[in-house]
Amino acid sequence: MLLTTAAPSEAATPPRPRRSGVRRQNATGWMFVGPFAIVFVALLITPLAYALYLSLFQKSLIGGTRFVLFDNYVKAFTDPNFLDGVWFVISFSLVLIPLQMAISLAIALILDLVTTSFARFSRLMIFLPYAIPAVIGALMWGFLYSKNFGPIADIFNAFGATGPDFLSKNLIFWGLLNIVTWQWAGYYMIIIYAALQGIDPTLYEAARIDGASQWQIMLRIKIPLVAPALVLILVFALIGTLQFFNEPKILQQLAAGAIPDDFTPNMYAYQQAFTLANSNYGSAISFALGAVVFICVYIFLFATRKRGSFLS
Amino acid sequence: MSLTATRGSRRQSRYITLQVVLGILMVYFLVPFWWVVVNSSKTSSGLFGGGSALWFSDDIDYLGNLTQLFTYGGGIYGRWLFNSALYAVVGGLGATALAVLAGYGFAKFRFAGRRVGFAVLLGAVMVPATALVIPTFVLFSQAGITNTIWAVILPTLLNPFGVYLMCVYARDAVPDELLDAARVDGAGEFRTFFQVALPMLRPAVVTVLLLSVVSSWNNYFLPLAMLSDNRLFPVTVGIGLWQSTASTYGAAGGQSLWSIIILGSLVSVIPLIVAFLTLQRYWRGGLAIGSLK
Repeated sequence: MLLTTAAPSEAATPPRPRRSGVRRQNATGWMFVGPFAIVFVALLITPLAYALYLSLFQKSLIGGTRFVLFDNYVKAFTDPNFLDGVWFVISFSLVLIPLQMAISLAIALILDLVTTSFARFSRLMIFLPYAIPAVIGALMWGFLYSKNFGPIADIFNAFGATGPDFLSKNLIFWGLLNIVTWQWAGYYMIIIYAALQGIDPTLYEAARIDGASQWQIMLRIKIPLVAPALVLILVFALIGTLQFFNEPKILQQLAAGAIPDDFTPNMYAYQQAFTLANSNYGSAISFALGAVVFICVYIFLFATRKRGSFLS
Repeated sequence: MSLTATRGSRRQSRYITLQVVLGILMVYFLVPFWWVVVNSSKTSSGLFGGGSALWFSDDIDYLGNLTQLFTYGGGIYGRWLFNSALYAVVGGLGATALAVLAGYGFAKFRFAGRRVGFAVLLGAVMVPATALVIPTFVLFSQAGITNTIWAVILPTLLNPFGVYLMCVYARDAVPDELLDAARVDGAGEFRTFFQVALPMLRPAVVTVLLLSVVSSWNNYFLPLAMLSDNRLFPVTVGIGLWQSTASTYGAAGGQSLWSIIILGSLVSVIPLIVAFLTLQRYWRGGLAIGSLK
């Protein structure tokens, strides 16, 4: 009976076999989804719309607040401070993400092969940095890098050499790269590992009977079958890296002079909104950054959709 | 027989190489922890005295440092830990409850607006959380709730990815036939949900809860922007504050602060590590939800 009284839009879609437990009940469905929907509208849609609104105004001491349409965006996309930040996070992602993926995939493949208790223990230990707040992780590595109490300086001094200063302007890129890799590689490894464990082992048997080597099994079966997990990780890593903030913010004081206030777009937005009290321009940067991330991720997902991404 | 034996031993030896690789990797991943464990035992003179950075100095003074950590600034560190726990637990539980309900709703009911709603949800997964901080701050300051606990807890409730995970999991793990059976037996929708579906969703619930708690405990940008009263800070923002104070005064003036910053970092990571180790069997499978297809 429910079927016949369903909404007219149903008539437009081709009839599909009725899955018995799936009910066409608007009220009940919305009762479950409703609470989240309210939070979603209040804390995602509203702030986004408001950011867009704020970004269309400019505040000045003389003229007060006035409507300027897209002037803030024109300003942002010609502002070298913002563009340098965008360039930094993009180049950082281009180096970081392949490196991180390769490391986590390699570890996951090893752990899939080696099943000793030592391997199980190391899996847990490699995952551990994920439980560490980025702030604390950055601080820990900041200590290790430090000339005052870090071991790197000690070790190199013992050989009469000067250790690399990962907190200097030249090497901060690599210093940060190491911190982020350390923090996330274990988490990504666990996701890939779980996907590897989900593969039907009879596939390996069949391949072995056909004479496939361990390498061939890895390259032809394991890696293609965990591709959806890799796509998922790439998306996470991309979203996370483009909004880079915590680590450079924490290292800012330790690495005197190497990290300016406009180092990443998010740091620049923070500086504009909170240090300079210019929430209009800060909002424009936030919104522009959000749009850049959204578009990058969307293009990426579109390009890899055949791989069975989570949008399909 | 001999063939399998040689193959077996060859494989074994290959695995020994791989295990050495794992051992080296483990050292890399654990070095920062080791440094913190070692150096939080040192007094500030031991810290700056030029001893080995990776080994204990002569006087091990955990107790002295702990006392200093929890009494410095009127015991503010304990307060930060409490705040972190409060934000993580309340925010995490709230976010998980909302995600479970919504994920189940998306998975099991065909309501008007479901397709559009789900598409919007997937889009929202791609919106960077930090892009929302500044406009949310301005909105909250107009509502007068910045610099309160709600300014941190409310935004934490939003977890679109959690909803997506729950939906994917519920679609496969809860058979429709079972729900129908419950309904035929006269159970209402909510009773069906709580008594039939919810127990089957447990691995996903624990995973979403853990992910929400971790992201809230680790959050820095949001509380940094929202809070100005240092008694409301979570431990991340608090230690960040100490660190910038100590750095500003340089090695000389900030020396006494460094030893409690290091111990403070160590203490702040213990709760989550314990949570992860004890809840292992729940999250190990759960983290893969959404990547298996």
